[in-house]
Amino acid sequence: MNEQGVERDETKMRRSSLGKMLLLAVPFLLTGCRDRFLVLDPAGPVAETEYNMIVLSAVLISIVVIPVIGLLIYIVRKYRDRPGNDAPYQPEWADSKRLEIVWWGIPIVIIAVLSVFTVRDTFALTQPPSDQEPVTIQVTSLDWKWMFQYPESGVATVNYAKIPAGVPVQFVLTSDAPMNSFWVPQLGGQTYTMPGMAMRMWLQADQPGTYYGHGANFTGKEFAKMEFDVIAEKPSEFKEWTKQVKESKPKMTKEDYKQLKEPGVVEEKTFSSYPSDLFKEIVMKNGGIYRKEEHQHILND
Amino acid sequence: MSLWPTEPMVQASLVAIILVSIGIIFTLTYFKKWGWLWREWITTVDHKKIGIMYLICALLMLFRGGVDALLMRIQLAFPDLQFLDAQHYNEIFTTHGTIMILFMAMPFLFAMFNIVVPLQIGARDVAFPYLNAVSFWLFFFGALLFNISFVLGGAPDAGWVNYPPLSELTFSPGPGIDYYLLSLQISGIGSIATGINFLVTILKMRAPGMSMMRMPMFSWSVLASCIVIIFAFPALTAALALLSLDRIVGTHFFTMLHGGNPMMYMNLFWIWGHPEVYIVILPAYGVFSEVVSTFSKKRLFGYKSMVASLLLISVASYLVWVHHFFTMGSSAGVNSFFAVASMAIAIPTGVKVFNWLFTMFRGRIRLSLPMLWMLAFIPTFALGGATGVMLAVAPADYQFHNSYFLIAHFHQVLIGGVVYGMLAGLYYWWPKMFGFQLVEKLGKWAFWLFNIGFYVCFMPQYALGLMGMTRRMYEYPSGMGWNGLNQVSTVGAFIMGIGFLLIVAQILYSIRHGKRDTTGDPWNGRTLEWSLPSPVPHYNFVRIPEVKGRDAWWMMKQEKGDEATSTPSSSIQPIHMPNSSGLPFLMSLAFFVAGFGLVFHQFALAAVGGIGIGICLFLRSLEQDEGYMLSPKEIRRIESAQGRL
Repeated sequence: MNEQGVERDETKMRRSSLGKMLLLAVPFLLTGCRDRFLVLDPAGPVAETEYNMIVLSAVLISIVVIPVIGLLIYIVRKYRDRPGNDAPYQPEWADSKRLEIVWWGIPIVIIAVLSVFTVRDTFALTQPPSDQEPVTIQVTSLDWKWMFQYPESGVATVNYAKIPAGVPVQFVLTSDAPMNSFWVPQLGGQTYTMPGMAMRMWLQADQPGTYYGHGANFTGKEFAKMEFDVIAEKPSEFKEWTKQVKESKPKMTKEDYKQLKEPGVVEEKTFSSYPSDLFKEIVMKNGGIYRKEEHQHILND
Repeated sequence: MSLWPTEPMVQASLVAIILVSIGIIFTLTYFKKWGWLWREWITTVDHKKIGIMYLICALLMLFRGGVDALLMRIQLAFPDLQFLDAQHYNEIFTTHGTIMILFMAMPFLFAMFNIVVPLQIGARDVAFPYLNAVSFWLFFFGALLFNISFVLGGAPDAGWVNYPPLSELTFSPGPGIDYYLLSLQISGIGSIATGINFLVTILKMRAPGMSMMRMPMFSWSVLASCIVIIFAFPALTAALALLSLDRIVGTHFFTMLHGGNPMMYMNLFWIWGHPEVYIVILPAYGVFSEVVSTFSKKRLFGYKSMVASLLLISVASYLVWVHHFFTMGSSAGVNSFFAVASMAIAIPTGVKVFNWLFTMFRGRIRLSLPMLWMLAFIPTFALGGATGVMLAVAPADYQFHNSYFLIAHFHQVLIGGVVYGMLAGLYYWWPKMFGFQLVEKLGKWAFWLFNIGFYVCFMPQYALGLMGMTRRMYEYPSGMGWNGLNQVSTVGAFIMGIGFLLIVAQILYSIRHGKRDTTGDPWNGRTLEWSLPSPVPHYNFVRIPEVKGRDAWWMMKQEKGDEATSTPSSSIQPIHMPNSSGLPFLMSLAFFVAGFGLVFHQFALAAVGGIGIGICLFLRSLEQDEGYMLSPKEIRRIESAQGRL
């Protein structure tokens, strides 16, 4: 990140003396390296869209919050009950149509503006982030690990996923354990992984890099260990990696999967293949069988 | 299964509980206080005493929930710390959340409802005094059942939201979840009854002349809150009952197999859960409205707007529950609707804030303790509300959901709103409850420590959320840059803890040294409760007052000056009062026995409890309870002891 830019922002903000609101922002700024703030450092179009909404909403609400805090300080200083305070005192004044219209009106306008952008982006995020040919990865949350299957090449990994950079990735999410949530902050927000359901979520990394991911919905004892990396590589390298995995890694048997499903924490693993229709079976046996029609289109893609 | 625990921390708690119980039993026996306890407290139907019992429970539960919070903060002060293991940590965050919402915030509110509402509207008691006692004892035994789980069999550990399938038998076989389900169910019956009781009280028992639009704002807020209770709690009752059936008799409402659907639980839970936060915040708004007006020596600004916004919030609170799971993959249309509805709640809330500000504007502000908490509430709640709007933006919520950003947000609105509100109410009405004032100095120390501690504790958590830290992690790796902020947050939590202890110290000190309130109106108040002596005699009003406008007591003072409090001795009439009864206590005890039996799937014990409940209901149905008449002579004696004749 542009260190100078951050510093300049910081001094500029201080100078504008916006009071308490900004004092509260100091812990955010003092930490220095902005790339620790994963949510504020988007690395793909989905996270970028969400980041822009975060900034927009923060700016819009400060239009109300800052004057409120300013007014509070002003009023409390001015109207203290002290002998000799000659500020006006109107104990019966308790009504003003004009003022009421102002403070019903301003929030309504702000919320209306914010609503328009919110609805626009809520719809936008259900679509692939770019026109390129997408890659599909099936994600299964287990107790307490993540399994990733690549239906296009037939390989599978545990606790890490490789993706091609610059290409939209369609994650299809389910769980063979209690409900979790799949979250890679720098690439975009989360979606729940639910047993018996197949949910779709789009993410994309613009640049190669390693992105932190973690389960975000509590699933019992070792939930805290449900960390995984998403590693974006140039498409050519991604292809090369797939090929290598196909050639050099062991196959996942049904027995392997059964072991994987046992509650516990495991290291990263890589498999050259997995039992056919494993993902579909996981969805169906956990109750997907009752919701077949809703999921057919995602499962058959 | 052996009930004797093996963990040292649990053993220590059990020993402590046993020792404290022996201590209490010994003290009561030694001072021969059993009869007093039974007559004056356990069997009472007096709303003021029931309120005080709610208050004591709320403060005890605040302590327990606070200790849970400090244990968590110690565990999170350093990466990879081994202070608590995963199981313990999971139990503690579950009990922390459940206790703070259901066994701290709710009784704190009910304490204020009970102590204030009848006095404010000029009534002699609530509409159904007996039911009021039933409500309290059901709450009490529900809370007791929940609290013994830690030492007897294991506390619930699936989070305070208790989502299936994690909370189903497959993943949580122990008794913890059953404790959660049954204790919430038992206290929930009490909550619904309280909602009905106060709704009827406010609609039917206002003093003559007190039209709805002359009613004090706190009573309005209780009315709004009760409407929400009545419509929201049944959803929780249903969710808990269905999940209990899944666990106890093997139905499949929320299981993954045989056609069950866990998503239904989540919907039902939050159809109650979101209105619940308005149930607890609306009365806090009411407290602030009373406090700001009294301590600014000015009428409340924009009364009609305040009423309208309360009612708008209580209706809108039902239309936002899906924002607790935008990430569950609902369609964009569904998420958009609930996002916009959630943001819209900020509009009436913002209006209230401006009206409070303009109540102070051109007033005369006294910085007494209730007002200090009110003033601290405004910036805290403004910021908490602001981050609430940010969370309501569905695309942004995909990033905030279940992160520490969310944790910081809801602690900011719940502590900054509800806890500050209840503390303001506690300080404000304390002299009315007990007849003496709390010393200011210790209270100011407590105020500053608690407030500073609050910001030190929770501001870093916003940052941690943006750094990617999710909630409910019992440990975290050191390489994430989370260490420093977590340490700061832990320090803040301890500062808040010291603040709480100072409040307790202030109360204990003031029992001996607090200034007696001989006037009944120590703050120069505006509403009817301040027309009564402190503490209030059990029949409340000798004569039901005639109300001529808003701020009824203020108007009486303006009109009659010093004469406003005196009652002509000749005008005293006999007063009809309700009888005390031990049945509410005994029936709730039977509920406890039945609940305990069901937790351990001991159906014989559960049946004993169930029969007990049936007998109590039956006895009550046959009872001819006409109440009794208090003679004018007795009233005269009490009134002259208070210096009112």
